[in-house]
Amino acid sequence: MSRILKWVRAHLVVLAGLLALAYLVLPNLVVLAFSFNKPVGKFNYEWNEFSTDAWTNPCGVADMCQSLSLSLRIAVLATVGATVLGTMVAFALARYRFRGRSATTAMIFLPMAMPEVVMAASLGTLFLNMRIPFGFTTILIAHIMFCLSFVVTAVKARVMSMDPRLEQAAQDLYATPTQTFLRVTLPLAAPGIAAGALLSFALSFDDFIITQFNSGPTTVTFPMFVWGASQRGIPVQVNVIGTAMFVAAVALTVAGQWLGNRRKATA
Amino acid sequence: MTTTAPAAPSQAVPLEPAERKPKRKLTPYWLLLPGIVWLVVFFAVPMLYQGSTSLQTGSLEEGFKVTWHFSTYWDAVVEYKWHFVRSFSYAAVATVLCLVIGYPLAYTIAFKANRRWRNVILILVIAPFFTSFLIRTLAWKTILSDGGPVVGALNALHVLDVTNALGLTSGDRVLATPLAVVCGLTYNFLPFMILPLYTSLERIDPRLHEAAGDLYARPFTTFRKVTFPISLPGVVAGTLLTFIPASGDYINAQLLGSPSEQMVGNGIQKQFLNVLDYPTAAALSFVLMALILGMVTVYMRKAGTEELV
Repeated sequence: MSRILKWVRAHLVVLAGLLALAYLVLPNLVVLAFSFNKPVGKFNYEWNEFSTDAWTNPCGVADMCQSLSLSLRIAVLATVGATVLGTMVAFALARYRFRGRSATTAMIFLPMAMPEVVMAASLGTLFLNMRIPFGFTTILIAHIMFCLSFVVTAVKARVMSMDPRLEQAAQDLYATPTQTFLRVTLPLAAPGIAAGALLSFALSFDDFIITQFNSGPTTVTFPMFVWGASQRGIPVQVNVIGTAMFVAAVALTVAGQWLGNRRKATA
Repeated sequence: MTTTAPAAPSQAVPLEPAERKPKRKLTPYWLLLPGIVWLVVFFAVPMLYQGSTSLQTGSLEEGFKVTWHFSTYWDAVVEYKWHFVRSFSYAAVATVLCLVIGYPLAYTIAFKANRRWRNVILILVIAPFFTSFLIRTLAWKTILSDGGPVVGALNALHVLDVTNALGLTSGDRVLATPLAVVCGLTYNFLPFMILPLYTSLERIDPRLHEAAGDLYARPFTTFRKVTFPISLPGVVAGTLLTFIPASGDYINAQLLGSPSEQMVGNGIQKQFLNVLDYPTAAALSFVLMALILGMVTVYMRKAGTEELV
């Protein structure tokens, strides 16, 4: 008994850490389990019977897959927009000293330090007063706005850590500025840009609060669909999509790491 | 992406510095222009505009006019004072819980796990992000359901007696109580605590621990005097990243709470989307923003001086 206690005391931190991990992963396991449920009523909160119905017919619910494709379209466009604008700002901040630099940094930082509901309500108020109809465009504008700062942060960190001598070396070897940029600078900055883009995609795809304040009645994104469903009755297919997204994300990350390790091993 | 045009290589080399200087000076501004204009038009202007909206009166049909109607603020704060109290107390409790729960995990990833496990755990911390957080929050409805295993266990261990006495739960229920809302907030923002903690812990040289041990520091003393002070920047970043979004959140209160757990976010959402009383919504969100900015400033000053001691 005292041996067990000793072992527990020696590994207390790890045990607490694993409990925290369980707390984080538990809801995903519940979502997975309940994607195989055959609920009795409209809500999928109580276990009834094993069934693969939802998995064989993922788009069997009215409007759900349309909302999914709308979310994907918005996320892709918002990612492209935020990544291009954000990368440009990041290069300016990382590479140049100029007047208004600290004001720019504050401007980038503030959206990340603001509760979403405040940004959502203020942008929505502006659109209302300008009589701009809510819809696809207003959602896209809002998503690019709040993703931008995250791209700037990710790309700036990468560009700051790059060795400037590599670009000098390229210029010493008579590369034009364009060649230097395309063949040296951009490939070196690519991991930061990719991280920023990935983050934007995830943030935009999953955004609910800002979208709810800036979308029209006909533009229902996937999170908006889930919200609506949570009041009326949740189809099991929602869990299928949630689980598929989780599995795809884990698979992509593992594959990316495996590829990275192999590249390192061969290099 | 650079706006300087490539010059012909043969003559560009000697002439370059003198020729390109004036253009170079403008380059950062051209790079900044689109991104900053976007943020000014769609972030800064709406923020200021909201200030004016909060002082307007009128209706959607007749239009709104600025009438310097300051009593909107008074009425809104009086009506929603308990929403503000709940927002900040739930967010504070959730932030402390995130720190207490997240620190051991960040510590485990940084010091106790080997490289392979470190990556596995990091993926497990980040991957839930890719399942819509609404779906994950709804899963807590199943986990905390009345008569479910979690509620049963809490009951058997007499935890519910304690939380009942504290007013966090009522009777045999966890759902639709403050405990459920705090639990959901803690869960939703835990990764925002773990990741900055991990980044600041990862930088610590493990030899510092050995050195502390060599100087006869016990493990807890090592933690208190060495590890924790060095990780303070991560603690500050993590608490801000948890507290700010948690105090503006309305999803957990809506999905896991009852009307008596509603937070300021619920009030803003209701005024904006259902009541269509935009001045009140604007006043509420203006007050929320001001309170948060005030608290963050005080906190960062305090944390900064503590770091120096």
